[in-house]
Amino acid sequence: MSIKLFELLLQAAIYTVTISVVSILIGFAIAIIVSAMLLSRQRLFALQARIFISFFRGVPLLVQLLLIYNLLPAIGINVPSIVAAIIGLSLCTAAYQAENLRGGFSSVPAGLVESAEMVGMTPVQIFRRIKAPIALRLTFPALVNEAILILKASSLVSVVGVIELTRMAQDLAGSTFLPLEIFASAGLIYLVINWIVALAGGLIERSLPGVPR
Amino acid sequence: MTFDINVIFSNLPEILSGAWVTIVIWIITTPAAAVLGFLVAVARRFGGVILDKAFGIVIAVLRGTPFLIQIFLVYYGGPFVGLSLDPIPAGVIGLSIYGAAYFSEIFRSGFAAVPKGHIEAGICVGLTQGQIIRRILLPEMTMLVLPPSINMTIILMKETAVLSIITVPELTATLSAIGSQQYAFVEALFVLALFYWALVEITGWLGHLAETKLTRFRFFNI
Repeated sequence: MSIKLFELLLQAAIYTVTISVVSILIGFAIAIIVSAMLLSRQRLFALQARIFISFFRGVPLLVQLLLIYNLLPAIGINVPSIVAAIIGLSLCTAAYQAENLRGGFSSVPAGLVESAEMVGMTPVQIFRRIKAPIALRLTFPALVNEAILILKASSLVSVVGVIELTRMAQDLAGSTFLPLEIFASAGLIYLVINWIVALAGGLIERSLPGVPR
Repeated sequence: MTFDINVIFSNLPEILSGAWVTIVIWIITTPAAAVLGFLVAVARRFGGVILDKAFGIVIAVLRGTPFLIQIFLVYYGGPFVGLSLDPIPAGVIGLSIYGAAYFSEIFRSGFAAVPKGHIEAGICVGLTQGQIIRRILLPEMTMLVLPPSINMTIILMKETAVLSIITVPELTATLSAIGSQQYAFVEALFVLALFYWALVEITGWLGHLAETKLTRFRFFNI
């Protein structure tokens, strides 16, 4: 296998990383809303959030991607396949991240919230200064884990025609008749990316302020 | 957008056969992955440092790369090392190995949670290694490994959809084909999503039931 082929794989890996990062961020934003709905006192909101989570965790990501990719044109919305891919990945990761955030928010010690109320903090201040930092610290390891899962899951967007790392490897394997070398190289690139994410996540985790016990 | 449910009924035989393939693959791979994972965990625990490190690397690779890449390696790379497999065997083997990597970590954490003193006590009263595994490690860690094992069973159910890409004739492949041939994507994929959703929810519910039953059982054992 030549250096040229490996370079092509590396270029495609940039797409993989971009798609994953964008999806994780959008997913996180959606997850905040969904977890707020889960914890809301309005029964209807909580029910909607539970159905959302149950669906996106219960249906394989591949099926979700096929569904979004084919459903959007059917209802008259034509988007490029990369947008459909990012929508699919974001919704899927949002469901998992919402569960994590729910866990984080419900583990914030009640005493801390009460004392914040005692000193006269407004609900917004309590959220910004007490609840959010503690919940984020508690869910950060899960977030890193989710980032790695999405990096791996992004390989599935190859089926809706996005030329990311897996699709590039597939195309190259077909045209060069070197499937072993090319898929092994692609696997290695995924491994290195995930290793870097895990390492960086660990470093950031240690630099975050601690959680009160 | 039109929704013509007749597409589903007119293709019912193919859909049922696809669903059957999905379920059979799932039912074969889950226990295979669990047993393989258990053996790997035992080998790592009792097989010495070299075996432990070697399996550690293999597991890190299996957990750090996408399943799709692994299955491509088995299916398209296999013939280049003299291992030509049909889609279904390639899928079953690939999925079992992938699942085994995760199951072995589940069992490893289970082993680690059993107090050292219990194993030492077993050694003291003269139990063999097999007896220690069967009579001390396994019963004591059952409750701990059950929830992640149920989770893994569900993950493997969902991963069967990926096998459609290497042309295993399971439900995702069947319904995608029906969708594209008869231009009925929405109907076909709707049925597909419902099938997986229902199966995953039922499995999760059964797992939860098993958990609560076993919790009660454990009270008498301690």
